[in-house]
This record gives sequence, structure tokens and C-alpha cells, in this order.
Amino acid sequence: MRFPFWRRDQDDDLQEELQGHLAMAARDRMERGESRGHAEAAVRREFGNVLLITEVTREMWGWSSLERLWQDVRYGVRLLSKSPAFSVVAILTLALGIGANTALFSVVNGVLLNPLPYRQPDRLVSIYQSQRGFEKGSFSYLNLLDYQQQNRTMEAIAGYRNGGYSLTGNGSAERLRPAMVTADFFRVVGITPIAGRDFTREEDRLGVAPVVILGDEFWKRKFGGSESILGKSIDLDGKPYVVVGVMPSNVVLRTQFPNLSHRDIYTLIGQDTAPYFRKRSAAAGTKAVGRLRAGVTVEQARADFGAIANKLAETYPTSDKGLGITLLSLKEDMVGDVRPALLILLGAVAFVLLIACGNVANLLLARSTARKREIAVRAALGASSTRIVRQLLTESLLLALAGGAIGVFLAALGTSSAQKVLPPGLLPRAGEIALDGRVLAFNFVIACLAGIVFGLAPALKAVNPDLHSTLKEGGRGGSGSRHRTQAAFVVMETAMALVLLAGAGLMVRSLISLWRVDPGFNPHDVVVFGIGMPPGTDYSKPNEVRATVRAMDEQLDRVPGIRSHSLSAGAVPFQSDSGNGFWLENEAKPASADGFHMAETYIVQSGYFTAMQIPILRGRALTAQDNETAPKVAVIDEALADKYFPHENPVGKHLNLREWADGIEIVGVAVHVKQFGLEQDSAQGTIRAEMYLPLLQTKDASFFANLDVVAKGPLPPTVMEEQARHAVQQVNRDCVVFGAQSMDSMIDSDVEMRRLSMILLATFAGLALVLASIGIYGVIAYVVGQRSHEIGIRMALGAQRSDVLRMVLAEGGRMTLLGVAIGLCAALALTRLMTRMLFGVKPSDPATLTLVAVLLSAIALLACFIPARRAAQVDPMRALRYE
Amino acid sequence: MGAKKKYQNRIELLQGTLDMLVLQTLQWGPQHGYGISQAIRLKSGDTLDVETGSLYPALHRLEREGWIDSEWKRSDNNQRVKQYRLTTAGKKQLLSERSRWQTLAAAIAGVLSPVKLL
Repeated sequence: MRFPFWRRDQDDDLQEELQGHLAMAARDRMERGESRGHAEAAVRREFGNVLLITEVTREMWGWSSLERLWQDVRYGVRLLSKSPAFSVVAILTLALGIGANTALFSVVNGVLLNPLPYRQPDRLVSIYQSQRGFEKGSFSYLNLLDYQQQNRTMEAIAGYRNGGYSLTGNGSAERLRPAMVTADFFRVVGITPIAGRDFTREEDRLGVAPVVILGDEFWKRKFGGSESILGKSIDLDGKPYVVVGVMPSNVVLRTQFPNLSHRDIYTLIGQDTAPYFRKRSAAAGTKAVGRLRAGVTVEQARADFGAIANKLAETYPTSDKGLGITLLSLKEDMVGDVRPALLILLGAVAFVLLIACGNVANLLLARSTARKREIAVRAALGASSTRIVRQLLTESLLLALAGGAIGVFLAALGTSSAQKVLPPGLLPRAGEIALDGRVLAFNFVIACLAGIVFGLAPALKAVNPDLHSTLKEGGRGGSGSRHRTQAAFVVMETAMALVLLAGAGLMVRSLISLWRVDPGFNPHDVVVFGIGMPPGTDYSKPNEVRATVRAMDEQLDRVPGIRSHSLSAGAVPFQSDSGNGFWLENEAKPASADGFHMAETYIVQSGYFTAMQIPILRGRALTAQDNETAPKVAVIDEALADKYFPHENPVGKHLNLREWADGIEIVGVAVHVKQFGLEQDSAQGTIRAEMYLPLLQTKDASFFANLDVVAKGPLPPTVMEEQARHAVQQVNRDCVVFGAQSMDSMIDSDVEMRRLSMILLATFAGLALVLASIGIYGVIAYVVGQRSHEIGIRMALGAQRSDVLRMVLAEGGRMTLLGVAIGLCAALALTRLMTRMLFGVKPSDPATLTLVAVLLSAIALLACFIPARRAAQVDPMRALRYE
Repeated sequence: MGAKKKYQNRIELLQGTLDMLVLQTLQWGPQHGYGISQAIRLKSGDTLDVETGSLYPALHRLEREGWIDSEWKRSDNNQRVKQYRLTTAGKKQLLSERSRWQTLAAAIAGVLSPVKLL
């Protein structure tokens, strides 16, 4: 058997063979006496359809499918370029739908699907100390050490926390953002040094020369990335720290505090000299991360740590009773909160794509009417149904893939501009969102699926016509079932648009409810920034420290841009919390940690109430007279009053506060402030009671080491920070002022994720609305076009324009109402999935559902109106004349 | 679409038999497509007129199965013709198809034979 290498050779051979047959047959006939012309004609007739024979014979060779596909593709491209308007509209519609899906999937991919950028990240777990009301709390250092030594399920665990240092001696004093870690930290997470070396276990204790590792951003910025800094020392808080290595500045393990991003330096927790740090009951914001041993599950680790927690609670009941462990995989910790919202958005954007597909399907159905003749001819020439369907599907796939290609560009555009606009820290791992291989594969698959989805129905419909009548009539009429399919698509589109509108509407209402929540104070024009005392301040001499504080206070008074202010230790609403235990005057002092009542403590001055405009309900606010020489007083909030002094006036009563004083007199009751967030504050289990204490009545001067300033003024935060810095440095050049943030922006970031979801959902709903309206417009216009003949007849027979209008609108109205009805049922079922994302509104909220139903119906009817008017303006003579 | 069905029907009905006839014809010696169709017509006394639409697909199919071989030759009047010949495997296939046909013919004859009246 000879196998020709090229397909063309095989083709030519076959042609030659068949022509040879024809020639021989003709010759035979001529020999029998027929004329040449007659013989050749007869032979050709006898032979039959050369093309078809060639086709069928070719099939025997087995090349066919690929050949056919290429043929279909070439034909499809030619056809689509012949009707550019249709192609462009279809491709752009698809590009929108596919692009939106690709963009969102790239977010889901980067945030949820991609593994974390650490060594064997699925072995990493987040560990927190939990207590009543606070699940992801901090470890005290001594407890952390015990867990490290006693656990049997971890290769190693490491602690990390934020802190603050002043860098001096290298130009003007600079406030650094450190991360304080245990020696094993980088080994546990799986990061190697960029330069120099990692910490060693031996260094992680007191009495050793302090060492520091630089973050690479700080290293490049301050020391030009030069390795000459290794081995030299820098002055932190007045002490020399030897630089031993450089590590990445970003080791993001969680989105909330402490978030290890853009860390300037890393120091060792074990080298912290603060006296309170070594108390078992002092939790200094230390969280932990661990690496599971091979083969150990999260549940086993949880049980192990839980057992240790129980043992510690027994051994140290004063500090550890009631403390537990929260342990979960690191990935879950980081993205668990954001996952439901992202998945719902993914579902929503899929709806948008389906609506886009519906529109393109309807376009194809309308177009297939025009192509009926072409298809009928092809069928008559011998093409099988499968072949025709396959060719039509190829056209659809071409459209879809073209749409997908443009969609990739749209997606890239969308995600890059979104990343610039989004506030950092909103989405965990936002830096890892990119159009990688998986996203592109997703795009391709979605495009193919879309092509099949919208292409199948028109293709199947196209091969069912009645050949005979189609060829006769020239392609008119018989569009009944096609119209039904189009109507079905429009109804589904309307239903889906309604679901999206309902979701968006609920989110909008949630946000409005959230905005209406009174935080308990007036955040406008309030700025919070930090003050670091000069290094070398001796906290064992409280009077000296207080004098410095007073001097700083006086300087701040003189700043023209600051209308009212207060220095603050303790909690700051929306920023940091500081809980403390108290007991009432008629109670005995509780013996263990969990016997105390908990309250958020705000250690402030009188200016706090003015700056924050917190209303006083009873008694008075703190005044400048409440200082270290005066009796100990406190202002409580209404939550504390309601809970512990129900039905009585707390003013004049007393209570006792841990680590502060006994016999504190309550002098006033203030409105409750939403410390933990507009929404979270009312969640079960968070500490709700609040207490305000005068700053200058602090016993322990180390409280002054890290002060905040809450200031009210009309200038932007950076300007106020600059003015405050200038003022404070009059007292001491080495004071640092840093981190200015406006209260408004802190409240904003509280609702940021929800706002993002709302914006996205509203965008999708808007897109869906536009697409569905275009869809319904298209179908009605098409129907009107098809039936203009019939309309002409009706009008000639006496129908009024208004009758025609009503007829067309009724057609559109039926589709709309059916779609809205189905959509409402679907919305009732599906919005339940959104419950976690909503605030202040039920998923089945009737007002929202009614509003969106009415809105959608109105817009859909408007979309019908335009072609309806055109139908009513049909000139009956014209319509009847032109067939 | 009607036209296509016609061809398919023809091929399906005669596929086994057509194959056998072609193979049998080639046993007498190599032949080109036109010659095979003439031979079958003559041998069958003008009864079997093989449609060219069935013949050529059959020939190419048989070649793919390996039962016949093809070669381009120059005919007497210097025309290029594609000649087919039987292969060894083809000879075996012919034998098996002939025996199958005989079994089938005997079975049909048995059904059609007149009822013996006692």
C-alpha cells in the first residue's frame, strides 16, 4: 500500500482515478456508436454526483474530522466577517460577560485557590489564645513558652507581634515599624534570609547582646541595600542592636492586627526588657503560627493544645483559668472570612455571562431565519444534519473564543485598575491576583462552554426546517418555534436579572443601615496619631514622666490647627482594644482571671469627650482636675451601667479595677461607643462595657510609653501630624509623632469589604439589567419585523394604531411578567445564601424585592415600547406590498 | 439529505456482498475500477449494475483494510490508471465471505422451499 505524504496528493489521485473511469466509460459508449457529447453526458449522469462520491470516499481515508473542522473554521470566519455588525455586537457582548468572569476568577484564584507562598503551606496553622468573648486573642510570653515545650503535634511554633521602636542617631529620629518574633519564626514559616543569617535560639533571651534583622524594604531605603551594614549596629530606643541579616519585609499571615506587612525590622521577643512582659497574665498582642508534624491533622493539634491549656489553667489559675486555644489552618484563617462573599460574587457574575449568552443566542436565532435558504440548499446537496450542526457550532465557538480573547484584555484591565483603587489590606493576598495559567485556562473553558450554550439551540433549530417550503417561499414564515425559543431565553434573562438586582438591592440597604449606625461619637475631623516618648525615659520615676506628658499636652494646646485633643493610653475605638478586669464594691476580689467583669478601658484626658463629642447621660465627664492628686474617678458607659447597676443611678457608687485602684468613684455615665466596629460591636461575646479613666491617675508610668493623641481639627491628618510633631519636639527633640489616621477613614475601612461587594454586585446587576433590556428589545423588534406583513393586514382590516401598540406591548409584557415571577421565586431561594453579608435587612425583604421587580418591569416595558411604536407606525400599504 | 440517505442505504445493503464481488473479480487478475464494475455487470448477466458511488468508496475501504493493493499503471492507450489487486489477506477474506454467503443462501433456500405435501 502506498501512502501519499500529503493530503493533496491523495485528493489529486482520487480525482484522476474518477476522471479516468469517466473517460473509459465514455470511450466504450463511443465505440458502441454514440456521439462524443452524448456519451460524455450519459456517462456523467450515470456516474452520479462526483463531489459526493469524492466526499464519501474521502471519508474512508479517515482524515476527515480534522479536515472538516478546518473547513468549518475557514467558512465560519468568512461568514462572520461578511456580517460585521452582528459579529461585533455578539463578540463584545460575550467579551463583557466572559471578561467579567475571568476578572473575578483571577481574584478567587489569587486569594482562595493559590497556595500560600511559604514552604509546604498546608502544614501551617494559626494559633491564638482564646477567652470568653475573644476568640483570636494573644498569648502571654510565658504561656507561649510552655506551649512550645509541651506540645507534641508541632514541628515548631513561633510567636509574632507588633511593637514600636525609635531609630535615633541616623539623622532625625524615625519611628520604625518592627515585628517582634521568636527565634524560630522564619524557620517555621519557611523563609530564608536575603542576606546575612537568621536568628538563633540562643539569642532569644535576656542578657544577650540585642540583635536585629532588617526588612528588605527598609534595608534598601535606609542603607541602599548594601551588605556593609551587616555586623554593624543601629540605635533602637537608645540601645545598640547588631544587624545580623535581612529578611523580606512582608510575611503576611493575617489581614488583621498584627499584620506583618512592610515591616522595617525584626527583633526577638525574648529580648524584650519591659517588666510586665514576663508576667504570665500579660498578653502583649502576641499571636502564634505553627508547622504541623508530618501526618498530624489540625484536629489532633487542636486536641493536643487544648489539653495543654487545661493543664496550664490548673497550674496557674489566677492567670490562665478560662483561657483556651483557637487553632486553624493558616489558609482558612486568612481567607475564611472573605470566601463566602467571593463565591457569591462568582455566582453573580456567572449569571451575567448567562444573560449575555442568551442575548447572543437570540441574535443567532434571528440570523438563522435569514440563513434558512442557505442551510436548506446545503442539506439538499447532501450535507447531514450532524455536519450542519457541527458547522454552526463552530461559528458559535469562533464568536465565543473571539469574545474570550477580548475578555482576557478586559479582565487584565479590570483587575489592574481595581488593585490600584482598592485600599490595601482589604482583600487578603491582594498582591497575588494575576492572570496566570489557571485563569487563562478558565477563560478558555468558559468561552467554549458559552459557545456551546448559546450556539446549540439555534443550531438545532436551524436543521429542522421543512426543506420544501423553505426553498419555495424564499425563507419567510414558519418562525413560530424559533420565536418561542427566543421568548424562553428572554424570560430566563429577565429572571436572572431580577435575582441580581435583588442581591444588589439588599446590599445597598445593608450599607445604608450600616451607615446609619451611630458609632457613639462624632468621627468627623478627628485624627488619631501616636506619640513615642524619647528613648531613655525612666519609667520608674512617674513624676518626671508626668511632667514630660504635661509639657507635651501644653504644647499641643497651643497648636492652632488642633481645636481639642486628648492624650490617650488604653483603647482607641476602631483601632486597638484594651480590656481590663473589674469587680463591684459589694463583691470580693475574684480569685482567678475569668472571675472578673471585663470592660474596655479608655485612659484619657478631659479633652477626649470634647474632641470625640461623646454625650454624657448622667453626672459629668472627666475634667482637668482629675489628676494624680485627686481621688480616683471613672466615667462608665451606659452598657456597664445597665448591666451592673440596673435600675439605679451609678453616679456616686464605687468599683475596683485590676492593676489600677480600688474604690474608684463613678462620676458620670456616657453613651456607649462602638469600639469593635459598627456591626461587630453588637456581636455576641465581645466586651461591651466601657470605662474612662483619667490619664494622669495612672500608677504605672510605663503606660505613658506608647501614647495616642486623639485630636479634632479641620486640617488633613498629615498636616495635623506635622504640626503636632513640631509642637511636641519643642519639649524633647527625640519625641516621635507618627501614624496619623482620620477616624472617618478607620470607620470606612470597617465597612470596606461590604462596600466592595456592594459595588461589584450593583455593577453586575446593572450590566444584567442593560443586557436583559437589550435582549427583550431585540426579540420584540425581531418579532415585529417578522410580523409586519400580518400587522399590515390587521391595520388594513381596521385595527387602530393603539390596538397594534397594545398587541406588541402585551407580547413583551407577558415575557416580562413571567420572567419577573420566576425571578422572584429564584431570588427568594438564592438570597438566603447572602445572609452573612447582610446587615439590618432580611434576605427575603419584601420592600427590596417589590422595588426591584417594579424597576425591572418598568425598564423592560420601556424596551418593548420602542419597537411597539415602530410597529404601530407601519404603513399598511407598504407592509402588504412587500412580501 | 435524501440523496445522501440513498447512497448510505445502498452501501449498507450491499456492503458485505459488494466487497465479496469485488474481491472475487480481482481473483481473476488485477483490474482498475471501471473494469471491475464492467466485469461484475457482465458476469451477472447485466443484473448487477454497481453504482460508482458505492464502488469507489468500497475500493478505498478495502484498500484501507488491507485486502487489496493499488498501483498506478499506464494503460494500453497510455492513460494513467489505478489498478487494484488482491492481497494474501484478501484471499483469506474472500474465502470466509464466500462460505458465509453460502450458509446464508442455504438458509434462505430452506425457508423458501415448497411445502412437501404428504
